[in-house]
Amino acid sequence: MIKQIKLFWQTIRRLSGDDAYEQYVMHYQQHLADYSANQRVAEQSLAANSPVEQPELLSREAFFKQWQENKWTGIKRCC
Amino acid sequence: MHKTLKAIIWIAVALFGATAIGAIALHRGESISAMWFIAAAACVYAIAYRFYAAWIAASVLTIDETRATPAERLDNGRDFVPTNKWVVFGHHFAAIAGPGPLIGPTLAAQFGYLPGTLWILIGAVLGGAVQDMVTLFFSTRRDARSLGQMARDEIGPIGGAAALIGTLLIMIILIAVLGLVVVNAMKHSPWATSTVAATIPIAMLVGFYMRNFRPGRVLEASMLGVVLLLLAVVGGGWIDHQQELRTWFDHEGLTLAWVIIAYGFAAAVMPVWLLLAPRDYLSTFVKLGTVMLLAVAIIILQPQVHMPALTQFTDGSGPIFGGKLFPFVFITIACGAISGFHALIASGTTPKLLTSERDIRLIGYGAMLLESFVAMMAMIAATVLEPGVFFAINSPAGVVGSQAVDAVAKINSWGFAVTVEQMQQLATDMGETSLFARTGGAPSLAVGMASIFGSAFGKGMLALWYHFAIMFEAIFILTTLDAGTRVGRFMLQDMLGNIWPKMGQTSWMPSVIFTSGLVVAGWGYFLYIGVIDPNGGVNILWPLFGISNQMLAAIALCVGTGILVKSGKFKYAWVTGLPLVWLLIVTSTAAWQKIFSDDIRIGFLAAANDMSTKLASGMLSAEKAAVAPQLIFNQQLDAYLTMFFVAVLWIVIFDTVRMMRRHFAGKALLPLTEVAHEPSRLVENWVRD
Repeated sequence: MIKQIKLFWQTIRRLSGDDAYEQYVMHYQQHLADYSANQRVAEQSLAANSPVEQPELLSREAFFKQWQENKWTGIKRCC
Repeated sequence: MHKTLKAIIWIAVALFGATAIGAIALHRGESISAMWFIAAAACVYAIAYRFYAAWIAASVLTIDETRATPAERLDNGRDFVPTNKWVVFGHHFAAIAGPGPLIGPTLAAQFGYLPGTLWILIGAVLGGAVQDMVTLFFSTRRDARSLGQMARDEIGPIGGAAALIGTLLIMIILIAVLGLVVVNAMKHSPWATSTVAATIPIAMLVGFYMRNFRPGRVLEASMLGVVLLLLAVVGGGWIDHQQELRTWFDHEGLTLAWVIIAYGFAAAVMPVWLLLAPRDYLSTFVKLGTVMLLAVAIIILQPQVHMPALTQFTDGSGPIFGGKLFPFVFITIACGAISGFHALIASGTTPKLLTSERDIRLIGYGAMLLESFVAMMAMIAATVLEPGVFFAINSPAGVVGSQAVDAVAKINSWGFAVTVEQMQQLATDMGETSLFARTGGAPSLAVGMASIFGSAFGKGMLALWYHFAIMFEAIFILTTLDAGTRVGRFMLQDMLGNIWPKMGQTSWMPSVIFTSGLVVAGWGYFLYIGVIDPNGGVNILWPLFGISNQMLAAIALCVGTGILVKSGKFKYAWVTGLPLVWLLIVTSTAAWQKIFSDDIRIGFLAAANDMSTKLASGMLSAEKAAVAPQLIFNQQLDAYLTMFFVAVLWIVIFDTVRMMRRHFAGKALLPLTEVAHEPSRLVENWVRD
């Protein structure tokens, strides 16, 4: 029963975007914090003909600020 | 499951759906249960999703789930992020679901429930959902390029420019209309005005909470906000009963319009985290909650729809807006059936989030079906009212007269029963001074929703339910208003940035203020006209919005059809081609009538000329004569705007046809800009495990 409730709560958090930071940290650790990811960054830099920066892990506050800025810049809404 | 069993189930669904539609279409009695509408909608959507959408995905678009999506290939953890399909669905639906599907059906109910209902179902399934899905697919295959860019790349520069300018103009007209709806809901209603006013400091509080106090805690902050909003609704009722306090919030339409204009400018210029973003969260949660609540209430209560299937106003003499059934019901219901604006969203952030092309059917087609369902519920909420009451609320003073007695007499003469006492009682029940001539759709929708909620959940709180419904509509109309101003500002900055680069810097304050000011001035002007118009403003503004929105939808379908032909799939081009031709016919006919019709309730130029003659010969009263020159100018401007929209539409059509002819003649063309196939690692990982 507890497990069901936990799963339900996790789903709500996922759908509402509440766990965005946790997802980001997980993504960072999987993709950006190790050697093979650095390799990919180097390849991208080569392809783009300009240095692609290896991003630092953002704090929760900074991540949220950036997320919000991105969401609200450009054509994203409707009638 | 056994194949035969599946076939039997689907045949049963089809039969049940057909029965439901038949019941709705053929019914000519006193009233019909709303459950028929729900049943018809559910069956139609199920069959369309299971068969039509699946066939389009498999045979027409040939979705390839082994292909890496841009989210996977360009994954940067910020905007290109492979995301769970339900999260993307929620995000996409929240972006496309605006107040449009609530207002259109309410207005179109003047023709009776049948035309609007059929268009909501058929238009969405064959037109709107197809457009959304196809645009989403083509954008995904092009690294999430926007509709304007795709139009430019695949058809030509004219298509691209048309999409861009069209979007900006639609935005301005749409915001003006929404502003008008809110003004009419708040006019002379201290309860509504105080509640709506309270949403601003509440949003700011939530903004601070999410930014500084507990960053990223969306659920917490939203819960706090929702609780405060509910308190604001209750508080509004308290204010309404304080003799002194209520006068602060009791205002004329024009005063409220100026306040809304000032608000729009402030909201667009202030930092996004302070007002816009928290408003957006609150309105999304309130919207989702209310829509679910309404669906549950309708299913529990199973209200009776009292509006007849067809009214005499299909002949064009309707009080809410002039125009015959064809083409105007198709223009009036835009967002619930087919809406060009959705194509912008489907080619905006959503393609950047798709993990696999397999999700396109659910998100592109499915989200639009859900939006169509919202429109269906709005239709139900509008038509559960007694027709006499519906027309009393929605008919402008310019048609039925400004005195209650006159209005009632007029409506009775149309064959719809209503009395002054009945309307008075209704107003008192809803905590309003008067419900006569409360045009724009919001008050009648709120009355309908309050009746449904009241009957399902408790009758003693009708006034609270009514003002909750008003708050629900107002909060996400105002969010659309300020978000739309911001989007308009970006587009303008982008365009001006081509002339003077400094203008294109989105954070340079002078540019922000100047462009925001321009956009606000644009919609503020139309809002002003809508407020001073004795016919309620909806008659002028809503058809203009509908025509421009369908124009953008036609442009999106042109892109889709063009790409299908260029990829050698001409035999499937009818999938986008048929809705395109339909839109072309409907939009052109509506535009022709709005420009050239002799009926002053339909034709812009006819209305302008009629008013000029009356003004010149001194037949207008003093107050009408004061605003007449502005109304005359606006009617003429609207005629030219309509001409512009239709011209743009036909130019894009010709350009697309030209491109297709070149393709068949084997001549040189802009090549397909689809990105090369790259195998998806995500699929591989899954298979390997």
